[in-house]
Amino acid sequence: MVVNVKKEGENLLVIPEGRIDAATAGDFSKAIEDNIDGVKNLTFDFEKLEYISSAGLRALLTAQKTMAKVGSMKVIHVADVIMDVFNITGFADILTIE
Amino acid sequence: MVKEITLDATIENIDKVVEFLNAELIRLNCDENVKKKIDIAVDEVFSNIANYAYKPVDGKVTVKFDEKGKDNQVEIIFIDGGKPYNPLEREDPNTNLPVEEREVGGLGIYIVKKSMDQVLYEYKDKKNILTLIKKI
Repeated sequence: MVVNVKKEGENLLVIPEGRIDAATAGDFSKAIEDNIDGVKNLTFDFEKLEYISSAGLRALLTAQKTMAKVGSMKVIHVADVIMDVFNITGFADILTIE
Repeated sequence: MVKEITLDATIENIDKVVEFLNAELIRLNCDENVKKKIDIAVDEVFSNIANYAYKPVDGKVTVKFDEKGKDNQVEIIFIDGGKPYNPLEREDPNTNLPVEEREVGGLGIYIVKKSMDQVLYEYKDKKNILTLIKKI
């Protein structure tokens, strides 16, 4: 798994590529933590994401809790199989998905 | 026909398990989204075993792939000799809480239960045996 990150001022774009599973979720979390300082608009682009398991949901939840206080967060280009995971877990109700 | 792989119960080995199972699923022309659902379920089950079954010592896991002739069903069976633990007895998480009160504990096995057709557990001969059944 590779995590591409683009930061411009208060905008942070995170583009994970491959699978976010129990083995790679740490890299995903770290990419967010290392870059989230001062960010007001956080966007996750899941276009190149194969799938995400619960280990990765932890990172998304932490980011959502942080951004709810200081700005906004959204997830874009969510494939069906990932949307299924969001629906099962109720994450579809707490994330902004476009 | 049953195929199997036995390896150390460590998080780093998830890739090997997923590759082993994906090769079988691709051979059977499994639908791509069903394959990904199985991969996610496998990640949840295997990481649970790797993180909890034997801690603090190391141990092995055997993963079997059983291709059922009828109904295009496959069975994926995880066998470990760690502490007896039935993940199906875990209470389902509340998926309706507001964001501040959300936690991730318990979501993994819940995803497995919801995305597979059937999940079975038994403890036999000092082994945890968890079986995932899915129509492909």
